[in-house]
Amino acid sequence: MNMRDKIKDGLGNKIKVWDERSARRIYFTVEPNDVYKSVEFIFKGLGLRFSTASGIDLPEGFEMLYHFSFDKAGEVYSLRALIKDKKRPEIDSIAPIFRGAEWVEREIWEMLGINFKGHPNLKRLLLAEDWPEGEFPLRRKNES
Amino acid sequence: MSHKVIVPIGPYHPMQEEPEFFQLYVEGEKVVDIDIIIGYNHRGIEKLAESKHYDQIAFLVERICGICSSSHPYAYVLAVEDLFGGEANIVPERALYIRTIIDELQRIHSHLLWLGLAGHFIGYNTVWMWAWKYREPVLDMFEMVTGNRNNYAMFKIGGVRRDIKDEDIPELKKMLDNLAPSIKMFYGAINDDPVIKARLKIAGTLTKEQAIDWCVVGPTARASGVNIDIRRDEPYGAFLMNTIDWNVVLEKDGDIFAKTMVRILEMEDSINIINQALNKMPKGEIDANVKDVPPGEGIGRVEAPRGECIHYIKSDGTNRPVRHKIRAPSFMNVASDKVAAVGGTISDATLTLAAVDPCYCCTERVAVINKADNKKIMNGWDLVRLSQEKTNKIKEGWPNGRPE
Repeated sequence: MNMRDKIKDGLGNKIKVWDERSARRIYFTVEPNDVYKSVEFIFKGLGLRFSTASGIDLPEGFEMLYHFSFDKAGEVYSLRALIKDKKRPEIDSIAPIFRGAEWVEREIWEMLGINFKGHPNLKRLLLAEDWPEGEFPLRRKNES
Repeated sequence: MSHKVIVPIGPYHPMQEEPEFFQLYVEGEKVVDIDIIIGYNHRGIEKLAESKHYDQIAFLVERICGICSSSHPYAYVLAVEDLFGGEANIVPERALYIRTIIDELQRIHSHLLWLGLAGHFIGYNTVWMWAWKYREPVLDMFEMVTGNRNNYAMFKIGGVRRDIKDEDIPELKKMLDNLAPSIKMFYGAINDDPVIKARLKIAGTLTKEQAIDWCVVGPTARASGVNIDIRRDEPYGAFLMNTIDWNVVLEKDGDIFAKTMVRILEMEDSINIINQALNKMPKGEIDANVKDVPPGEGIGRVEAPRGECIHYIKSDGTNRPVRHKIRAPSFMNVASDKVAAVGGTISDATLTLAAVDPCYCCTERVAVINKADNKKIMNGWDLVRLSQEKTNKIKEGWPNGRPE
């Protein structure tokens, strides 16, 4: 069974959209509530390496992308979740599953203002101490 | 009564590419906890990239890092070329070889820089001077090929900006041939020296489980037995053609000695790779003259000297990206100092923090502060001196510098 089938099999109907852009780039979408369980399965169950995560401010919400690398085949699996609540965006932290996610989530928290529930140490990583509270540099409030 | 003392290391020096601030909590000699504070050099490049057009961004991301200044533009152009179905789809073959030659030259100069500073920290100033002496011809090669010793401006979407002239190739090969024996010498000198071994063997260990948990990349991961290398796993550049004969260097101990060995052996490999690429490079175009970037999402990854460098581009079909996400390898590696340095001694700390190859100048601004009265008791040079003294102690304990 190849990695695609293992992920499809393991996550079942959690996967809402499955999109194979090319031989080595696979994007799939899950609900924000399913992110923790999905990441746990991909990282612990299948042993994929976490590359990074990124957040984007879109008109319809905040989109989270978690990039996992399957190094044996050189494939990147990108797990996508759309947080629809733009006023108080929050999602489960994946840092309790593995330590490597801690900094990545701290960066997204301060840059986009997405609250990661259950993060062990959610404090500023890159922004200066005197940066004003509630100002998120990567949000698009000034652009139409 | 607790004797916990805070040792701040960092944060800032105008010459370094990644300023970091390490706060060591020590009890006596032992490091019990560590706080890592970064962000002193955050320039908002991701946001800035959204306001530049695709051709400009290659120059912008080149300035993220002064040492691996080809990795970021390379990962970026790969991310954009991913929108065209991949590098192999549009980039001419000759340009693929030129890209790899630049990328591997950069690996040699970056590893030599690291080796020199590691030598200095343990009190082997000869290693420092030699490593940097042999780094000079590598920079000269860069100048021959790209016109610059640093910030090469070679990468563009669809190809490279300059060709390698045929008459330069024999000279480049001669320089590589001169470099190879010195790398071998370093391997021998470090492998055979019992003092260096004693000093590096047990310090700063990161186990395989920890390496996976912290998602570290590059030599830091390979020294701990995690078998990853983007050049092999997702080939790019000349590696796409399967014509290059090379191996992924793997060690299993996870200590500083293993990290040193991985880097030295990788330099040998890089010389071989460049030699083969110079031989096998076909004649032809070096640029595909890409005009419009299609909408979509692209991910580009390269094996930078410090590990996987990954760029993500979201395009809406205009001439600027909607989102440009950059993750440099040190972002993952530096975080792992949290486990590698804890449990060790202060005299090993400078070396351990440096062993993941973040930027070095940060460790020059070191101060030891007593928590109770905030009084500075040591500065950066004191800490380097402490590290060097430990090496000397090992030497003195052994008659003739050898263990009995």
